[in-house]
Formats: sequence, C-alpha cells, structure tokens
Amino acid sequence: MSLLDIEGLRLAIDGTPILNGIDLTVGAGEVVGLVGESGSGKSMTALSVMRLLPPGAVATGRIGFDGVDILSAPEAAMERLHGDDIGMVFQEPMTALNPVKTIGEQVAEGIRRHTGANRRDAEDRARRMLARVGLPEERFPLTRYPHQLSGGQRQRVVIAIACALNPRLLIADEPTSALDVVVQAQILDLLRGLVAENRMGLLLISHDLGVVAEMADRITVLRQGAVVETGETAKILTELRQPYTRQLAEASLHVPARPPAAARTEETAPLLDVEGVSKDYPVRRTSLFSRPAPFRAVDDVSFSMAHGRSVALVGRSGCGKSTLARMILALEPATAGRIRLAGQEVTGRPDAELRAARRDMQVVFQDPYGSFDPRQTVERLVAEPLHLLEKQPGKAERREMVVQALAEVGLSATDMDKYPHEFSGGQRQRLSIARALITRPKLIVADEPVSALDVSIRAQILDLFADLNARLGCAYLFITHDLTVARAITDDVMVMDEGKIVERGATAKVLAQPASAAARALVAAAPDLKGAIAARRGGRLP
Amino acid sequence: MMVEVPVRIAQPQRNALHLALRSPSFVAGLVITLLIAAMALISFVWTPYDITHLVVANRMQGLSAAHPFGTDHFGRDILSMIMIGARNSIAVAIVAVVIGMGVGVPLGCWAAARGGFIDEALMRINDVVFAFPALLSALMITAIFGPGAVNAIIAIGIFNIPVFARVARAGALSIWPREYILAARAAGKGKARITAEHIVPNIASMLLVQGTIQFALGILAEAGLSYLGLGAQPPMVSWGRMLFDAQTRMAMAPHLALFPGLAIVLTVLGLNLLGDGLRDALDPRLRRRQ
Repeated sequence: MSLLDIEGLRLAIDGTPILNGIDLTVGAGEVVGLVGESGSGKSMTALSVMRLLPPGAVATGRIGFDGVDILSAPEAAMERLHGDDIGMVFQEPMTALNPVKTIGEQVAEGIRRHTGANRRDAEDRARRMLARVGLPEERFPLTRYPHQLSGGQRQRVVIAIACALNPRLLIADEPTSALDVVVQAQILDLLRGLVAENRMGLLLISHDLGVVAEMADRITVLRQGAVVETGETAKILTELRQPYTRQLAEASLHVPARPPAAARTEETAPLLDVEGVSKDYPVRRTSLFSRPAPFRAVDDVSFSMAHGRSVALVGRSGCGKSTLARMILALEPATAGRIRLAGQEVTGRPDAELRAARRDMQVVFQDPYGSFDPRQTVERLVAEPLHLLEKQPGKAERREMVVQALAEVGLSATDMDKYPHEFSGGQRQRLSIARALITRPKLIVADEPVSALDVSIRAQILDLFADLNARLGCAYLFITHDLTVARAITDDVMVMDEGKIVERGATAKVLAQPASAAARALVAAAPDLKGAIAARRGGRLP
Repeated sequence: MMVEVPVRIAQPQRNALHLALRSPSFVAGLVITLLIAAMALISFVWTPYDITHLVVANRMQGLSAAHPFGTDHFGRDILSMIMIGARNSIAVAIVAVVIGMGVGVPLGCWAAARGGFIDEALMRINDVVFAFPALLSALMITAIFGPGAVNAIIAIGIFNIPVFARVARAGALSIWPREYILAARAAGKGKARITAEHIVPNIASMLLVQGTIQFALGILAEAGLSYLGLGAQPPMVSWGRMLFDAQTRMAMAPHLALFPGLAIVLTVLGLNLLGDGLRDALDPRLRRRQ
C-alpha cells in the first residue's frame, strides 16, 4: 500500500473549481515529481494534503495517509500528523523562518511538542539534525538567528525543521526556486540523501522539468487542476505521449532561432565601455572607535560591448551582477571607474545631464508584477521613457508610439487603457519590453527577465528578445544565473564571482569548456533535462 | 502555442468600495457619518427653533414633544443646538485634517525621497512636536493667541502634521525600492516627479484611512478645547461648549450633558468604524485572497 494515496481529489474555493479529480500516490522511499505551470493546482494539492487550505475552500474525494483519511480527520489528529509524520518545505526561505527565534529553538520546538522531550534532549536532536543538513554546530551555533544565514542556509534550516522527527512523507513546494543553481544542486542533494536514509516519501513540486527529471522516480503532470499523465519519469519524458507534456519539454529546451552574430555588427566603436568599475557598500559599525572596511560588491570590472551584441552576465546570487547593472544604468553611483555608453560618459554626472545616455539604454526587470505602478494605465506606463526625448511628443503622437511599441511585442492597441493587473505574467513581461523599446535604445539591460515565468511563456519571451535583436539591432546585457537562458540567447558570456569577472568568451565555448572554478560550478549545477533523462534510461542514477 | 490564463488579482481601486460595502463596520460607520453630515447640512436651512432666540420662561425643560432633547438654561432647544454644533465640529476637524495633510504629507514624502540628514532632521523635529500631548500644545497656542475657533483649528492642525508626515514617510519608504520606481528613474524622472506620479497615488489609501482617524480625533480635540473654554466662544455653539455649560447643572438637568456627549461619542465611533472598514478593504494583507 502506498504511503500517500490521493483519489479523486476535488477542490473548490468560493465555488470556483481549482482541482478536478486528482489521483496521486507516493510510496515510502519514493520521490514523486508534481509538474505543471502556475495555476495548475500543484500547490493546492500539497496544501490539501496538509489541510492548510485557504478559507472558503471545499475539498472532496479521498486523501489517505497510511490508512488515515486526512480530509475527515479531526483537527487534533492533523496537528499530530503535521511535523511528526508529514513535513513541508516551502518555496521562500526568507519568510519561512521566525526572525526573532534562534535556529536551534525553531528546530527543537517541534521535537519538544511532538515527543515531549525535555529541553536538553530536544536541543541534542536539533543539533544532530542541523549537522545532518550541513549546518554543523562548530560553524553554525544553535544560537544563530535566521538573518545571519544566507538563503541556502535558511532553506537547510527549514528542511531540518521539516525532517527533525523523521517524517514519513516530506512535501517540498518549489524548494529551490528562490535559490541560485549552485545552492539548488546542494539542496536537491540533501533531499535525495534524506530520502535514501529514512525511506521517506518525497512529493517534489516544481515547474522545472530539469529538476524533476533529476530527482523523481515517477512524475505526475498537472494542467488546469487535472492530471494530464502520470508514470515513470524516464518513460514519460522520453515517450512524450501527451501533447501537453511534449510542449512542456520542448519549451524547457527551447532555443530561439537567431541569425549569426557577425551579420549584425556594423559599427566598430564599442557601444558600452566599462573601465575599472568598483562599488563599495558601507558595513554597519560594530565598534565606536573603528570603522569597518566597506563591502566591495563590484571589484575593478572592465569590459566592452559591441553594437547589436547579446551578452550574458552570469553568476551566483550575491556575486555583484545586479549592482553592476544598476551602475551601468546610472541608477547607482560607482565608487571608482568610468562607464561610457556610445561615447557619452555615464558615471559621475548629475541626473539632468544623463538624459541622452538614458535614451540609449533601457531596462527590463525580473518581476513582472513589481515593475509596474498598479495605479496607472498601460498607456502611461509604456510611455514613461518618452519623458527622455528632447522634443516632447503630442498626445496623439504619444499614443501612436505606444501602439507601435505594443505591436512590436505582440500586444494590441486595445490593451492601452487596461491596468497592469489585467495581464498575465508573460504579457506583463511583454509590456516591460515595450516600455524599454519605446525610445529605440541601443542597449537593453535585462535583469533575470524570464526567471519568474513558466517554461512555455519563457520560451515565447526569449523568442521575442531574439526577434527584436534581429529586427531592431539593439544590444542586450542579460543578467542571469540560469545558463539555459544564456545559452539560448546570447553571443558572449561573462562569468562573475565575488565582484570580479572571472571568465569571458563566446557563450557556446565557455559553457562547454568552463575554465574558472566559478564557471565550472555553475555549469555542473545547472539542471540538465536531456542529461537527466539519458542518465535515467541508462540506469546511472539511483 | 499554449494560452496563458491571466491570474486574477483583486484590483485595488475598483474592488475596494465593493469589498468595503460588504464589511458591516464600514457600512455602520458610513451610515452614522452620513447622518451627522446630513444633520449639519440641514442646520444651514432649517432647525426646529431659532437658537439665538432666548425664551427664559422655557429654561431647563425636560424631554417633550415640543423639545425632543429638552432646553438649556436660556430656554434654547438642545436638538437645534446639536445640529448647529455638528457644523462647527465638522468644520474645525476638516480644516485641521487639511492643514495636517497639506503640510505633513509633503514633509513626509520629502524626507523619504531625500533620506540621509534631511530625513533624520525632519523626523526628529516631528518627534518633538509629537512629544507634546495634543491638548497641551493646543492650550499653549490658545493661551498665546487667545481662545477662539480659528486658534483651535490651528492648534489641532499642527498636532496633525507629524501624524501625516510619519504615515506618508513610512508609506513612501515602502514604495521607493519597488522596481517600477527604478524604471521611472531609468526614464530620467526626478524625485519630485516620481513622488507626484507614483508615490502619492500609491500611499493615498493609507492617508485616507489616517484622515478618518484624525478627523475623529479632531472632533474630540475641538470638544475638549471648547469644554475648557478655549475653543468656540459664545454665541457660537459647539458640542464641547455645550458640555461646559451643562457641567454646573448636571445634578438638576443631566440631559444638558447627555445629548452633546452622545453626539460626540456617536460621531467619533462612526468615523472610527469608517476608518477600520476602509483599512480592511484597502489593505491587501487583510483581504482574503480569491
């Protein structure tokens, strides 16, 4: 008998159907991947198992956990199950921990409540558990607070809390989506080890087929609250019987068609010239008498970019790549060095003198939800950079330009009077690109432009970037930790580590034969769908 | 190609009123507030009796059909006085809120936009003003400039400034790091322009909620000042003044104090309910996700 057995689970919230008959099983020691795009019902399935549904939700069907029917179990029984037999790991490690309690207290808390252990015994177990997840006491005392840890370390604490009582089932909802690829590989490794040690069942929810292919024995594909198909990972991902699964797999591996780079470069003078740029941030004083050395986020970076090129700046989170991008965009002053864009000085000039430079460079941000003022219409939002033009266009001309920019990114003129919330994530990212394009810039800086999007939408946006590059000839600086994006859409790549550029070269070459340690770590850690499937079929992975 | 379904997220402006109308506290607050406002408006054109007309023969009457709330020591109709008093209370509170918003919001936004020393200095000055109890600073001002409705308004308005400055600054600080502000800066817009176009519209709902609360406090403060004889001066009628006059006759005619007291309590209650309801409707964290 399976450990977790979901049969015909239906869920409606305030009368809107969310899940339409989900069947899913997880056995002891088994890893089951639950795959699907945003809104497919992955998280709601997990929350139904935990019975942590939002108010107004009505669930029917059967969720059996080791013979207990979860949907009809009394509250007290559920409290005993939570943490003891079923553990859960959430996506966002930054908010999953209580900031005012030490990590030792937070791990010990569940142990004490469920086993009635005294403080000392519970602390002992917490210590062992934290050591198991890679936070040994010598380096990470139990008295640390969450804010003293990095994102990956916090996620380890979350896993330690979830696994402290050796649960028989662990539900991990996008456990690595907020982490960079290197940390992601470490966390996945840890989860794999815990499953093997305790014969724990793992329900791994992810939108990333690469991650699931590497981890899961079986996968279940969800779409619009229903199961599309379910079965052995290797079988599902090689046979691709269902069109939807095929679409997902193709979108994951999608590479936009692009003309060769050489054909697109005509001008010889560099577009962007970065010379010895550094950025220091002051560090909080710990003593009244000595000022601590500032933190150097970007350390003596120099590079130049030709017109029309597409360049990736890759690196782990916190390596300084976003800081560098903001300095290029003149949103943050540089501590040292100079930046020139098409011959104009960008560094050390007041805002008023930057208008010409700003016209030539625009920005696309990561979060399609946060990058628009929710209280303005699309027309005003997309037209915002027109403020930079020497001669302000009239109302009709302005509308005409917005229509054209929207058409450029595949949106229609009727979208002009809508508000941002009326668009989906992918459409908002198109709006973001339209806003960046409207002044016909020579350079677009895109900070993780697709990492918040579903795979199929990501493929469409990458296509759009490639198309605009070919048609309008604007250069891109892509900032990303995702090598598949770099591989898909850039000519050159620069690898950044601890504020320095440690490697640069043609994208294909650097990713195939990384020379520096930082680049090797990134390449090795990147989830690889093809490789994982091949390994599964060859039986090389356990 | 796959079709992406837009995620439905409750829209702030359009759904706010709809949501608010489902909240019982908002509806109750709205009804009470509208009633008081209607009473004040009607008093401009009609009151049951002329309150400048003193009929000493009718003094200190109890409740009757002719005088539902009784009469005071000059024989004036209490219901008429309460109606006219409403208009003074509301006027004082509105002007005081406008003074507080008009000075406090720009100050708070300026502090948030500039940061550093200016922010620090403005907020410390704010703290100093804040440190004086409202009534005490009002006492000081009326003691210097003499009692009267205008001075009461100024005193209450000054007390409102740091409140709005703080709310505006806190709200603005939470908006500044958003990506759409970065995008606006990349579009070459200056801080003043960004504040006007992006910051103020996005903190307007917070300011509105604070406005209703300060309005209620303003009515209380006006009543307090008038009660101490520092606000409205006779023959001007105000609820606080009525309480002051009723004080010495409490034992004989408790209704003289009862009705103005009730009017104050009801107005403040109504405005607070209104503010709470608005806050629930406008704050997405308190709103149930669909």
